[in-house]
Amino acid sequence: MKYAYYPGCSADSTARDQYMSVNEVALALNIELIELKGWTCCGSTPAHHTDKNLSIALPAANLLMAKKTGFDMVVFCAACYNRMKVANHEIQTSPEIRREIAATLGEDYDGSVKVRHFVEVLLKDIGAKKLQDAFSHSLDGLKVASYYGCLLVRPHDITQFDDPENPVLIDNLVTIMGGESVDWPNKVECCGGGFALSRTDIVIELSDSILNMAKVSGAQCMAVACPMCQINLDMRQNDINKTKNRDYNLPVVYITQLLGLCLGVSPKKLGMDKSVVSPKPIIELVKTAE
Amino acid sequence: MAIVISKEKVRADLTTEVQKISGIDIRSCLQCKKCSNGCPVTGLTKVHPSDIIRGLQLNERDKLFNCDLVWMCASCETCFERCPMKINMAAVMDALRIIAVRNNASRQKGNVALFNKLFLRTVRMFGRTYDIGMIAAYKLGTSSYLQDTDKFPMMLLKGKIALTPSFKADKKYTNRIFARNQDRINS
Repeated sequence: MKYAYYPGCSADSTARDQYMSVNEVALALNIELIELKGWTCCGSTPAHHTDKNLSIALPAANLLMAKKTGFDMVVFCAACYNRMKVANHEIQTSPEIRREIAATLGEDYDGSVKVRHFVEVLLKDIGAKKLQDAFSHSLDGLKVASYYGCLLVRPHDITQFDDPENPVLIDNLVTIMGGESVDWPNKVECCGGGFALSRTDIVIELSDSILNMAKVSGAQCMAVACPMCQINLDMRQNDINKTKNRDYNLPVVYITQLLGLCLGVSPKKLGMDKSVVSPKPIIELVKTAE
Repeated sequence: MAIVISKEKVRADLTTEVQKISGIDIRSCLQCKKCSNGCPVTGLTKVHPSDIIRGLQLNERDKLFNCDLVWMCASCETCFERCPMKINMAAVMDALRIIAVRNNASRQKGNVALFNKLFLRTVRMFGRTYDIGMIAAYKLGTSSYLQDTDKFPMMLLKGKIALTPSFKADKKYTNRIFARNQDRINS
């Protein structure tokens, strides 16, 4: 199976671990991710804060590159995924916007490239059966809080990822790996996202309530599918412990890192040494559970 | 209590401008407050999403320009998802931020507008973001030198942040995009 792969800017930097683990999982499952040559930034939140044309043209440039490959586009970063889907939607529904974007890019783009999240590819194109057959290890009852955040599931009319209030795709992957996906209410709450630098106070408040609920629900770790959620929930735990007098020590890993472990990939190749809160207990547990 | 809304107020400039930029008809709001109840930052702000729509309906220009929520909204889109009238509140907030920047409205805590500008500047320069360059410029601009200084050595050591920018982007399209939007972006 071949896809055009859009890693997104964080893959070069703060989400190197996400990039590594997606590649390892794809390799193990014979999924061919062909990285879009010369891909550029989707503009993320700063673009839609600033100008509508900019916020559509930046992702559209990459969609146009993907269109030329003839393959569906696979994305992992939730923000990139959302911006790509919004751009497609705007271009498809408004001839005026399509004309404007064509004038901006110097080429017409019709909004037709299918944008898929890697989790969707795993569950819908590969399927539970094939995944199970490929696993050499299991999560052995590990209690996982599956966390989706905002941008994968909202707005549902545009992203069409999963149920916007109670998504289950990541939970399904956890169950397939032999883990126990905990029932908890903060799956789609916001972590503060792009405020990581500018409004850390907001990130601390919002991430605190998410971590608190994950802990209360008995989770031994959180599984995420968004680089911003990962860095906010992982790197800010120490700050939250200090400012709000908590004692969090909850590993926050990418769902692809858990999949990689079950596929027998070494933790180092999955970038698991890059997390701030050590995921060592998970690694030990999976290692012994064949 | 009867609220009288004059025609002038309904058709007044800010509301028209927001509707033009966002493409959203704010008159359809029922004030059911589902947006405010679902908003993750309402506990931290004075003004709630439903107040924003009400303010627009009444054209309370100054109040909206100076309200904290405009720059505290995390664009999580819970408001839009749950709105029974399908009002894209997130797009309304984008429009308010765009108008606020255009009018040099007061700089709020955290200076999100500066962050946006610097983020886009690195995208214009490299075709992709460059975290360290952006963070350094933001710290200079906001005098927040000491914030998170403990984290950078650790992040660099773990390879959790890139030291140098990426030069792999093909800037064919981004150059065109930024050139065409020059006057509106101001980065």
